[in-house]
Amino acid sequence: MTRAALLVLADGRFPAGGHAHSGGAEAAVKAGRITGASGLESFCRGRLHTAGLVSAGLAAAAALGMDPAELDAAADARTPSPALRGVARRLGRQLMRAARVTWPSAELDALARQFPKGAHQPVVLGVAARAAGLGAEDAAYCSVYEGVSGPATATVRLLSLDPFDATGVVARLAPEMDLVVGRAVEAARRAVHDGVDVLPAASAPLLEIGAEGHAGWAVRLFAS
Amino acid sequence: MHLDHTHPHTHDGPAALSADAHRPDGRRRALRIGLGGPVGSGKTATVAALCRALRDELSLAVVTNDIYTREDAEFLLREAVLPPERITAVETGACPHTAIRDDISANLEAVEELEDEVGPLDLILVESGGDNLTATFSKGLVDAQIFVIDVAGGDDIPRKGGPGVTTADLLVINKTDLAPYVGSDLARMAADAKAQRAELPVVLQSLRGEGGVTAVAQWVRERLAAWTA
Ligand SMILES: Nc1nc2c(ncn2[C@@H]2O[C@H](COP(=O)(O)OP(=O)(O)O)[C@@H](O)[C@H]2O)c(=O)[nH]1
Ligand SMILES: [Mg+2]
Repeated sequence: MTRAALLVLADGRFPAGGHAHSGGAEAAVKAGRITGASGLESFCRGRLHTAGLVSAGLAAAAALGMDPAELDAAADARTPSPALRGVARRLGRQLMRAARVTWPSAELDALARQFPKGAHQPVVLGVAARAAGLGAEDAAYCSVYEGVSGPATATVRLLSLDPFDATGVVARLAPEMDLVVGRAVEAARRAVHDGVDVLPAASAPLLEIGAEGHAGWAVRLFAS
Repeated sequence: MHLDHTHPHTHDGPAALSADAHRPDGRRRALRIGLGGPVGSGKTATVAALCRALRDELSLAVVTNDIYTREDAEFLLREAVLPPERITAVETGACPHTAIRDDISANLEAVEELEDEVGPLDLILVESGGDNLTATFSKGLVDAQIFVIDVAGGDDIPRKGGPGVTTADLLVINKTDLAPYVGSDLARMAADAKAQRAELPVVLQSLRGEGGVTAVAQWVRERLAAWTA
């Protein structure tokens, strides 16, 4: 693996559509659950240990070469909100496009052919990591990092939060990101033998409910 | 043939990637023209007028990039300039210039979906969410771009230049009917624009006036003729 490839894939500027999404932060801001840096930290921590862990597990499993179709079904089963399932597929499709140009690979082409409307984003992320010569741990790191940095960046725009404070939040969560990556990768390695059912299935009901409400707003800054 | 020679794996890929001139089925895709410029300069009004002028001779569709609503898409729907399935709104996450330049994923998806669902199309107009004078479209998204400014935004804008004014394939100075009321000097705007743009064309128009969008529509027809040649 090359460490530089990991940076390319993890970079928030990697053009895969994420900039238009807040990871649930816009709904949480509107509901008054994020009003500043400490609220953002709680939000990101909750997200990391629930949706973040689930996504990282799926990404790691895909990077280990598990069947993407099976993983996509497992992602569906772990995402109760239809709005979030739609978002995950749309982001998956956008990542697929960017990854296919960046790291041309037969596996990515096959995935695009199998899921013309997009597979769940973490599944595509895992396959993209493989194409970039990266491993399961790398894929899990990309997943948890964007799951935290996305809402942090969005909150800077939503609340005019001091960008240094927002970055501090992300940095303080780094040790917990390590932990979550460790758990995700361990589960993914077990899943290779025991099947997708042993992948993490934590859930964050407020994220799911918030996403359903957000999808119906007439005026919003972010697509999700 | 495929424009993207450097990516052999994607040659037989299941879906088009970005600027490929051909669709996966081998047909030439629609010409994509971007309309950028500051908020309120008349981009949506120009798109609406272009649709009315061209819809009987061309198969066309529109992608709007609203900043935080679906206003532009809804205006076009209300005005019934095209059937609803030919108008798509893209959400830009508070960053309209990112969606047309730095990360064009959502817009590419929108143009391809339009071609898949209502195609074949000759022309897709992509309206930007409205931004500052530096916002331009990526060549990976559009084949040509129109930058729309207006006389009410200040007659020194052409002189100030910037990537939109200087490099757009067509500069439109809109709302010339308002010039007397806002004290804008049209001759000076035209001369400054010419100085910034050398050979690149400039159109002064009023959508409230007689000529309306005629000159811009003619420019679009010429681009299309060159695209399909
Ligand atoms: N007087 C005048 N008003 C115009 C003209 N073109 C557009 N407008 C008006 O300017 C306002 C903003 O136009 P719009 O197309 O929504 O701007 P956009 O933000 O660039 O899309 C609307 O009220 C239009 O009706 C024009 O040529 N003359
Ligand atoms: Mg508009």
